[in-house]
Amino acid sequence: MRNKIIYFIGLGFVFSVLFYSCQSEDQITFARYYVNGKGLYEKNCQNCHGANGEGLKKLYPALTDTTYIRNNKARLSCIIKYGLNEKIIINGQGYEEKMPGNTSLTAIDVTQILVYTGNSFGNKLGAFQLENVSAGLKDCR
Amino acid sequence: MKFYLFVLAGIFILQACNSGNNKTLPILGERELADRTVNGKIVQDTVYQTIAPFRYLNQDSIPVTDKDFNGKIYVADFFFTSCNTICPQMHRNMLKVYEQFKDNPEVKILSHSIDSKYDLPSRLKIYAGKLGIEGHQWEFVHGSSDSIYNVSAKNYLVAAYEDKSDAQGFVHQGWFILVDKNKRLRGAYDGTKADQVEVMIKDMQILLDEKVDAK
Repeated sequence: MRNKIIYFIGLGFVFSVLFYSCQSEDQITFARYYVNGKGLYEKNCQNCHGANGEGLKKLYPALTDTTYIRNNKARLSCIIKYGLNEKIIINGQGYEEKMPGNTSLTAIDVTQILVYTGNSFGNKLGAFQLENVSAGLKDCR
Repeated sequence: MKFYLFVLAGIFILQACNSGNNKTLPILGERELADRTVNGKIVQDTVYQTIAPFRYLNQDSIPVTDKDFNGKIYVADFFFTSCNTICPQMHRNMLKVYEQFKDNPEVKILSHSIDSKYDLPSRLKIYAGKLGIEGHQWEFVHGSSDSIYNVSAKNYLVAAYEDKSDAQGFVHQGWFILVDKNKRLRGAYDGTKADQVEVMIKDMQILLDEKVDAK
């Protein structure tokens, strides 16, 4: 009886290992983008927007306004790369400080930052495809 | 042998406790010997570096001078409003200091703008307002670039100057400098690091509890 229990536990373990190692290509890409995106966020965005996307009072908007983020999904890549120079309303508060661009970021950098910020701080946007972001960046201005 | 080790360890532990309880902050900067008259006798005494008299305009275009800081401890830093590198992090941390000592008449904060062309008092007012700062406990000051760069290097020992090769046009360090009621330098903390600023807040309390030497 005891041997049987151990046997089943062992079998379950082997199956779960097999299952989790069979992550799809997409999931692996997502995880890689997310981790790289976090590093890029810390380097390029965190000074103003904060480690938890909390922003800073009325100077720098938070990244926690999930509605704004969702409704402006296509535009986010342009904001990340080229900055913003118009008034926006985030969490009910108007922000009009000019955001400087980060023009040195490449399309893959922007994609990774999008994956990280779009799936942190309460946002749940899921994956971003490099091809789409690349194409979107060409139509920014 | 074991017994001695035990006693030694005990002594070390006790000493550690002692120094923790009666921590005094060091006095930083240059110092020199000078003669001083005490009860009619001339004695030699150490004279420490102090902050020289200054005069700037604050966010309400009101002159701010060293006299406004008499009998107070204060934290000084150097920033500019359009800075997107270390300044937001510094002032995110400085806000904690502000909230901790809010309405304490013995504590002030002095933020010097190093961008005298763009950061006019009106601009500083907007910045302070967006940071949620009211009143004059936290002064954001505008001065000529010469005077600000001079005071940062010579008085506060912080590097801050224009540099055309930098992407934003300035080189500056994120130190928070703690100054006591006698305008002596008592601490320097990395204003971009939250844990260092925690230490500073504790040190500020020590400094507030310190008896002021009669001059």
